[in-house]
Amino acid sequence: MIKLFEDIGRYVMLMQRVFTHPERFSVYRRRVLFEMEALGFNSIALTAIISLFIGAVMALQMAITLESAFIPQFMIGYSTREVMVLEFSSTVVALILAGKVGSNIASEIGTMRITEQIDALEIMGVNSASYLILPKVIATVVFFPLLTLFSIVVGILGGYAIAVLTGIILPGDYVEGLFYFFEPYSITYALVKGAVFAFLITTISAYWGYYAKGNSLEVGRASTHAVVSSSVAIMIFDLILTQIMRV
Amino acid sequence: MIRAEHLYKSFDGRTVLDDICVEFDAGKTNLIIGRSGSGKTVLLKALVGLHEVDSGRIFFDDMCYEDLNFQERKQMRRSIGMIFQGGALLDSSTVRENISLPLDLFTDMSAGEKRDRVDFCMERVRLFGADKLYPSELSGGMVKRVAIARAIVLNPRYLFCDEPNSGLDPQTSVVIDELIRDITKEYNITTIINTHDMNSVMELGEKIVYIHEGKKWWEGSTDDILQSDNVELNDFVFASAMAKRAKMVK
Repeated sequence: MIKLFEDIGRYVMLMQRVFTHPERFSVYRRRVLFEMEALGFNSIALTAIISLFIGAVMALQMAITLESAFIPQFMIGYSTREVMVLEFSSTVVALILAGKVGSNIASEIGTMRITEQIDALEIMGVNSASYLILPKVIATVVFFPLLTLFSIVVGILGGYAIAVLTGIILPGDYVEGLFYFFEPYSITYALVKGAVFAFLITTISAYWGYYAKGNSLEVGRASTHAVVSSSVAIMIFDLILTQIMRV
Repeated sequence: MIRAEHLYKSFDGRTVLDDICVEFDAGKTNLIIGRSGSGKTVLLKALVGLHEVDSGRIFFDDMCYEDLNFQERKQMRRSIGMIFQGGALLDSSTVRENISLPLDLFTDMSAGEKRDRVDFCMERVRLFGADKLYPSELSGGMVKRVAIARAIVLNPRYLFCDEPNSGLDPQTSVVIDELIRDITKEYNITTIINTHDMNSVMELGEKIVYIHEGKKWWEGSTDDILQSDNVELNDFVFASAMAKRAKMVK
């Protein structure tokens, strides 16, 4: 328990350093673009594959579960949309990205720590925490909501594809369900969750990497801690945000 | 000039630096030598501010490092260059980007001026045609050259080198030693080198400080070191069979 409070304290102090006094904005701009490619663009394929299949499976499951004369067929499209928008595309994609992006960030920064690259930045007078972490935070907070949106679209297309390919539901009914009781606010809700989860994944993983010490084994441990802690934080904040934002 | 007064540092109750008082002269190559685990790397890192000392004071010329606030320390560090044992080049940046980084962050130079300055530094360390390579594509000697070029790009007043010859063959070691010595003289830098390579000691040392079990055990010049009757120092200096034979012949 004491260790947990110690970690939270050190995390808050690290964040203070991350968000104070960037050295030169032009250098940061370049790094943000670099990180967007490394952490964002490179996650598109994984997000697409997972979302497509989950969307398809979701539609299939709904079709089986809701098979009743009293439930209209368009409910399959409606349910698939709701699941994709409200939980899957923000929370589950965030959990998957915590594994991919989180471990990437922790191992990259951890390796920089044990090979003295962070010390070299400090010696130059660079705020190493800000220089290394802030561009990643900006890149992911901007890009992850876009990935969330992308995941929603691909997931819904996956459901549509299964409707067309298997004939378990008429495509027209599926599309009708997609627009049934649609609240644009739910998209805002998903995007906000995407941004918050991006912040959590990036900063928590960076924290474990930044304070790694020792050898490659420690970098591996930092990477594991990053994924586990980010995942737990995502679930906690999912609950909090759902409570705060759902009308 | 860099002066350390009564430095103490311990980790988990184990004293690593024990009342170190030493002065390093400007325009000279000052060497810290000692066995592995003697505390020389901790001393070097304490001098550059990477380790906070438990007590004691460090002066850069007349400026006491402990009296500076966070911003002043950051400012002061820009007059320090450091060459790390493994080079510590940024893996995701090319050679040119590594050398140019301090210029990008701390100067208002135009792109052309920065390019010229980086070219000059690369030429100075005799590094040609490597500017687009990444650190993983460089040999050990080239990594050290890039580290030196990055360390001198802002014209530092103080240069710290942590085992600059580590992992290099004897010929490349001599080249790196000569480079550090020449740069020290050329720019009148206070250079402090942490090493246990006796070739470097004989080649470079103008002032030598021997650290043993966290204490300053001996201090002198290259000539003094061969004449010293300090037992621990002699054990260290003449540890190799070749050095022992050379001493017997002498």
